[in-house]
This record gives sequence, C-alpha cells and structure tokens, in this order.
Amino acid sequence: MKSAWNKFYSWLDERVQLQNLIQFMGKKYVPVHSHSIWYYFGGVSLFLFIIQVVTGILLLLYYKSGEEFAFESIHYIMSKVNFGWLIRSIHSWTANLFILTAMIHMFSVFFEKAYRKPREMTWITGMLMFFLALGFGFSGYLLPWNELAFFATKVGTDIAGVIPIIGKPLMIFLRGSEEVNGATLSRFFGFHVAVLPGIFTVVLGIHLVLVQRQGMSEPLGLEANSKSGLKTMPFFPNFLLRDLLFWLVVLNLLAILAVFFPWELGKKADPFASAPAGIKPEWYFLFMFQTLKYIPARLLVIDGEVFGILLFSFAGLLWMLVPFWDKKSNRGEQNRFINYIGLFAVLYIIFFTIIGWLL
Amino acid sequence: MNKEILTQPEQSKRNFLKIILSGGLVALVGSILYPIFTFLKPPKQGEVEVSSVKVGKLKDIEKNSGTIVKFGTKPVLLVRTETGDLRAFSATCTHLDCTVQYRKDFGMIWCACHNGKYDLNGRNVSGPPPRPLNEYKVVVQGDNIFVSKNV
Repeated sequence: MKSAWNKFYSWLDERVQLQNLIQFMGKKYVPVHSHSIWYYFGGVSLFLFIIQVVTGILLLLYYKSGEEFAFESIHYIMSKVNFGWLIRSIHSWTANLFILTAMIHMFSVFFEKAYRKPREMTWITGMLMFFLALGFGFSGYLLPWNELAFFATKVGTDIAGVIPIIGKPLMIFLRGSEEVNGATLSRFFGFHVAVLPGIFTVVLGIHLVLVQRQGMSEPLGLEANSKSGLKTMPFFPNFLLRDLLFWLVVLNLLAILAVFFPWELGKKADPFASAPAGIKPEWYFLFMFQTLKYIPARLLVIDGEVFGILLFSFAGLLWMLVPFWDKKSNRGEQNRFINYIGLFAVLYIIFFTIIGWLL
Repeated sequence: MNKEILTQPEQSKRNFLKIILSGGLVALVGSILYPIFTFLKPPKQGEVEVSSVKVGKLKDIEKNSGTIVKFGTKPVLLVRTETGDLRAFSATCTHLDCTVQYRKDFGMIWCACHNGKYDLNGRNVSGPPPRPLNEYKVVVQGDNIFVSKNV
C-alpha cells in the first residue's frame, strides 16, 4: 500500500513538481499574538462557502424555477425528499452565518489595517466577494417565491430603480419585466446558481492566491515593537489543524440551528395581496432599511430615498477604497481616525439593526 | 527599442492597416456585445388594455373595510368608508412599490413595508411616500361595483 502510494506520488511529482508546493507550504508561518483569533474568520467563511456550494447543488436536483413550481418544489423538498428539510435549512442558515463571518472578517481586517500596502488587492477582492455575498443573499431569498421574498424583491429592485439615469434600465434588467413576476424569478435563479457563483469563484481564487503569496498581515503596533520578530506557528499543519477544529465547531453550530430552528417557508407569494404587517428584510439589510424609514420623503431638491441610496453607495465606495486614502497606515504609522470610522460603522449597524428588529 | 524607419508609402500603408484592423476589432466586439445586451432587455409584453373591471357586489363589501382587486395585471385597493362611500386607488405604494392595505383601526391606507400612510383621498400624509396614490373611478350599477380608470 505504502509503496503504491509512493509510486503514485513520484509519478505525480515528476509531472507537476509537487515538491515545490510542499516546500512552499512548509515555509508558510502564521504570526502568533493577542489578535490571532481574527485570522480564523477568513477560513471559516471559506468553509461556509463550500457548504453553500454543496447544499446548493443538492437543492438544485429538486428545485423547480417558475411562479407555478418554485414554492411547491421547496415544499416538496422539505416534506417529501429524504433529509430535504435538513439540506434546505442548512443552506438558509449557512447563508446567514456566511454573511456574519464575512462581516467579522471584514471588520477585523479593517481595524487591524491589514488592507495597507501591499495587501490592497486582497482587500478589494474581499470587498467584491462581500458585495457578491449580499447579491447571493438577495437573489436566493426570492427563490422559494414566498410572500416575504416577493415584497423584499419588489422593494430591493425598486431601490435600484431610483438611482438617477441608470436606475430604470437596471431595474428592468433585474426584474426581467416592469413588475416582479415569474420573469424575475427565472433571472434571479440564473444569477444565483450561475452568474454569481462563476464570478465569485474567480474572485475567491485571486483572493486566496494573494493570501498565500503575501502571507498573513501583522498588526501595526506589534510589528514595530518586536525587535526579534513576532512569535509564529507553521501554517501546515499547526494552523490548518486549528482551522479545521474551528470549522468543526461551526458545523456543529449549524447542525443545531438547522435542526432546532428549521427555516420556515412561509406563505406563497400573491401579487394581489397587501404587504403583511411587520415585514422586514433579512437582518443584514435591516440597518439600511431602517435608515430609509427615517429619511423624509423629500430633502431639498431630491427624493429622500435617492439621497439615502446615494449616501450608502458613497459610504460603501469610500470603505472599499480605504487602502488608497489611508496614507498613514500605508507608511506604517498608527491611524486612530480609521478606528473611529470603523467604530462608528459598527455601532451604527448594530444600533439600527436592533431598532429595525424591535420596531 | 529600435524604431524602424519607414518610408512614406510604408507608413501610410501601416496606418491604413491600423485603421482597418482596429476598426475591424471594434466591429467584432460590437457585433458580439450588441446581441448580448439587447438579449438582456426583456421584450415588451403585449398587455391587454383594461379600462373597466367588475370587481364584486356591493353587499359583499362591509363598511369600513378595504380589499385588493385585480385591475388587469395591477392591484387596486377598493375601500368602503365608514359612511359607505366607495373609493378605489392604485394599491402600489408610491414609495418603493409595496402593496398597501386599508387599516380599519386608524381609518387610513397603510403600507407595511416602510410605514407610509395615505388618507382616504389617496394623499400621502405621513412616512416616506413621495406622491399620492392614483385614484380610480368607482361606479355602482345595481349591486355590481365597477372600477375604471380615471380619465
């Protein structure tokens, strides 16, 4: 057995030089310090993404797109297919946990200023993946064709529609029609299972290659203080094993959530029913939704919602471009201003999410 | 890099080729992208123009209540006020496209999505809606209620 494996290994090594890769992995070290915990959130997001791919493919085997079939097919998956309830519940829960871990990963990178030179591209690709993740969430939400999803999609695509100049064509492109109907469902299905995964995989590939090439970033203060260099641990196998342990914990958490808090299907969408009282978007859109409620209908010359959307888009753009305007961190100096911005963003999101949840 | 020295006719030949080739490239890219982009734009659906719809019987609609009726492909809110008046408005909220409802408890039209409120004339009175709801004409013939476009 051993010799057969060795034979196969040398056969492969002769052709693709595996030895180089193993040497490269062996030389990779992860810094050990009081903030090391944050290094695990990128990995766990990757793990959750893999779960989404696997459960998503499984759901694809039974899901039927279309106004007449979508709701019924999810109902069928949940009530008739072996473990269908579990797969669907895991897919929904993982979607939410994925956004959460990606968010934690993003904020930790922001506060550590790990986006600074030379990791600007890693930050940008990460942010792109975050926006794609929101797109995944938004498009996937509609696929069961239930009441909440129907109105969430109406509002979400209508918001796209208020953007000056490109708004209307963008809205029609998203909806596949003037209204939200079966055409929208077909499109969102296409985005969710083909367009977004395709783009996401490419961006993820770039992100991972960059992380491997450049290694883990070290926090600014620690880097400057230590003369003898930071304590480190080998990536392979020490860090990887810790990674796997964390993944196992998350998998257990997911199983608990999926089994004890199964994801509901709700009522089938009816284009001729009123929006139900207490309707809310998914939690990760809640803070923006809540803000839109407080902006008056008209602000000087523009509509309140146009103002709100432009404001959020502008803030998102600034956030994404932080490696290019935070000159101080790039020079290796402490920049408290960034911490205040990050803190403001975190508090704002938490505060408005709670208010949105309660009201 | 060594620059080739070209004679006048060679130079003009090269320029000619540049224009032809880059023009060809633009045409190629255009001829690929144009069908793709126009494909993404959904074709116009031939909608049947609805001008008047019979929506129900007067005896089925209580006072101080509202109901959504189909007007072609659009939802219309039919409200019967406490005094028994019948009014109809587009049920699509002017804010972000949600479907509104009649609230008995405060005698107003309400949108659950962002807490927008309209009075019984369809005027936006509170919350984010920027415009009033479009009004439809309601005609009662015998016991039948007809809703039609307000021209």
